[in-house]
Amino acid sequence: MNGRSSREGMSVIVKTVTRWVEGFILLYGIYIVLYGHLTPGGGFAGGVIIACAFILLTLAEGQRVASKTLNPAVAAELDSVGALIFLGVAVAGLVVAQVFFKNIIATPEAAQFHLFSAGVILPCNIGIGIKVGVSLFLVFAMLSALHVTVRQDGKRDLVRRGKDES
Amino acid sequence: MIPLFVAIPLGMAFIIPMVSRKLTRAPDVLGNATMVCLTALALASIGRTGIYHMGGWETPIGIDLRLDGLSVLLLIAVNVVGLAATLFSVDYMRLYTSKFRYYSLFLFMVAGMNGVVLTGDMFNLFVFMEIASISSYALVAFGCEHEELEAAFKYTVLGSVASTFVLLAIAFMYGMTGTLNMAHVATKIASEGMSTPLMFALSLFLCGFGLKAALVPFHAWLPDAHPAAPAPISAMLSGVLIKAIGVYVLARLLFNVFGITDNLLQLLRWAGVLSMVVGGLLAIGQWDIKRLFAYSSISQVGYIVLGLGLGTPLGLVGGLYHLVNHSIFKSLLFLNAGAVEYATGERDMRKLGGLNKVMPLTGGTSLVGSMAIAGIPPFNGFWSKLIIVLACVQSGHYALAVTAVVMSLVTLSFQLKVQRYVFFGSVRAGLDRLQQIPGLMAAPMLILAVLCVGMAFLIITGMDTPLLIAPAADALAGGFFTL
Repeated sequence: MNGRSSREGMSVIVKTVTRWVEGFILLYGIYIVLYGHLTPGGGFAGGVIIACAFILLTLAEGQRVASKTLNPAVAAELDSVGALIFLGVAVAGLVVAQVFFKNIIATPEAAQFHLFSAGVILPCNIGIGIKVGVSLFLVFAMLSALHVTVRQDGKRDLVRRGKDES
Repeated sequence: MIPLFVAIPLGMAFIIPMVSRKLTRAPDVLGNATMVCLTALALASIGRTGIYHMGGWETPIGIDLRLDGLSVLLLIAVNVVGLAATLFSVDYMRLYTSKFRYYSLFLFMVAGMNGVVLTGDMFNLFVFMEIASISSYALVAFGCEHEELEAAFKYTVLGSVASTFVLLAIAFMYGMTGTLNMAHVATKIASEGMSTPLMFALSLFLCGFGLKAALVPFHAWLPDAHPAAPAPISAMLSGVLIKAIGVYVLARLLFNVFGITDNLLQLLRWAGVLSMVVGGLLAIGQWDIKRLFAYSSISQVGYIVLGLGLGTPLGLVGGLYHLVNHSIFKSLLFLNAGAVEYATGERDMRKLGGLNKVMPLTGGTSLVGSMAIAGIPPFNGFWSKLIIVLACVQSGHYALAVTAVVMSLVTLSFQLKVQRYVFFGSVRAGLDRLQQIPGLMAAPMLILAVLCVGMAFLIITGMDTPLLIAPAADALAGGFFTL
């Protein structure tokens, strides 16, 4: 919990509550992703909740702490990884069974309604969850990193916060 | 093989940003290699047809991809122009930053367009259309200057309106027919006829895809968006995007899903003539080269839609042939404009002049492109316009034939304006010592110029009609999709 006592971000009440709940929010998001094929939810819904956990952290603690927790550069890599997992599942079907997106993981009768069932849907959901989680966080991070300045000739410029702000 | 048209560019679009942090040349190499692969795949699919069931699920349950003559024609146009654009980008995109983002977005756009022309499912089509559109919004804004952002904002808002229309129409279609598969919808409509909600869906489709195709009166975004983008992207947008997600889908829906009627044909002819005339007349007054070419795109899309709207076999052949030709010469002209901008930093024709002496290759290829688009023999544009005019006369639409010829002369006039102010005449002071155009920028211009002549040669000898154009026209003339 280093660096969390900084004056950035919101009041100490918000920071404390955030510290208590953010882990649960993240866990809930992961649960929604993993159980997408059994209960309502799935990769997208779970990914949104995961992103919300990080967005809450950014709002409460400020950008510096948030970017220490999830570095935007790492997030950008994860963004591609998530999409490639999804595409990889589809191409695996093409390689193994000669049909794009073929379900190549058989589900035994006994495994039905358990976590590891429903074939390729689980890996697809994980891919989507990662992709949506970090993408939404990145969208938020980008929007909060830029602000508009009005030049003297009336034109508007987007400037990265903290860089040329003078 | 069919899903690879989507899978390869989509995968590469995600791999490029991952590897390019360490390898700076990777975006160029991977981007071009991808387009070479796709072009080879597109050429290999000539003459093939087939329905591919994704995931092995049968048609009503799963999504299917349909490859037929029309899809092949569009695939070739998209991927050949895409290859020319990526080759051009290697050096041209040094003017901008973040090359890996550019290639990533570019390949998304290609994946979206390939998906749109292949899919046989309405909602899948919507998703691919959005992939192509949204990446094109970002690419228009790529320079992040005032002009680009304004154009991209306008394009985004109007494009989103069009997408909303399409989504609403798909909802109506699904509500009335209970299926999203194009072939199922077509069989349903063929057996039960149109109902009022389906007519409403059709009109929403016409507005939505009419806006994507930039038909007058839905054209307002195009003259802003196409010039603002980087030159290879302008070439892609004007050359293939408005056709793949606009004209192609419109033709597919009207001819193969809803079934063409005389009223619809008349509507297409009116939209075509209106675009042809308005786009052409507005182009005359432009002084920005790329803006002039953008208006001329509206006019040329009018020719394509007019050809399709005649509904006769000759009209369809003319329209589709002009579609391919326009994607070749319009992308060539935009690349020329990009080369001029690269060398001089200027797009205003009043500040240019005499570039033929300094940039002979750009001047020469641009003359080929201008003459082809104006319909001067022996270039390809002449033959496709001739077929369209003949088809007008054959079906008794003499006024349309005369309008097409007159607008061709108007096109010639503003293309000569480009030649006169940019390439001919005396060299302006300060323009005599320009840096040379790199070889990788010259090569795609040369290839496209050769294709302008080559396509004409192929049609005269009758070689490309049985291979490309006739199967595409047959696919449209075949009427309702069958299962």
